[in-house]
Amino acid sequence: MTWGSAGNERTHLMASHLLVMLVFAALVSLVFAVLLKDEPVEQVRLGGLLFGAFVGTGVVLGWILFPFPL
Amino acid sequence: MGRKSRDSRRTRVAAEAGHTPSAPDSGRALVAMALAWAIPGAGHLWLGRRQKGVVFLLALPVMFALGLWLEGALAPFDPTQPLVFLAGFAALGNGVPYLLAAIGGLGEGRVVAVTFEYGNTFLIVSGLLNMLICLDAYDVGLGRK
Repeated sequence: MTWGSAGNERTHLMASHLLVMLVFAALVSLVFAVLLKDEPVEQVRLGGLLFGAFVGTGVVLGWILFPFPL
Repeated sequence: MGRKSRDSRRTRVAAEAGHTPSAPDSGRALVAMALAWAIPGAGHLWLGRRQKGVVFLLALPVMFALGLWLEGALAPFDPTQPLVFLAGFAALGNGVPYLLAAIGGLGEGRVVAVTFEYGNTFLIVSGLLNMLICLDAYDVGLGRK
């Protein structure tokens, strides 16, 4: 996609791909778990499952795609 | 169970609960949906679902703010670029935070930033999640959940 500007360079505290993925997975899992379940125990269970699935899939896909150049 | 018997059961259950399933609740559901769009979580808070409302109220604005901080862009509504148009529509799901960011000149994005696409993902997904929350608030307002 092509939008946005090419402004001044800025250093980022959050340049770690893994950290960004973990934060993304945590927030999306939290919202889905609370949205889909009513009981706190079920929410924690579903949230943990989703978080694990997000992170596990990301790591596995990362290793599978590792040999391919961008 | 057939559709007819399911509908009649739903009507009977609603009548036993002291309200009819149709028109009177739809206004409440629409208000809840509008509130949920404007301020993530507000619809659920208004309907008395405090735990869900507080989680949405915290999680989605944080996600939106992270998207801006990661130098993602609020996609323009450009019909000549269908994917960009869809991204803009998705981000619009963030409601008032989106409008404030747009008015404040935030969300211009920086294409060369290493986190540009991450930022876009946060902005788009937070908007889409809030759209799901709007639908959930509508269902709760109707008494379906």
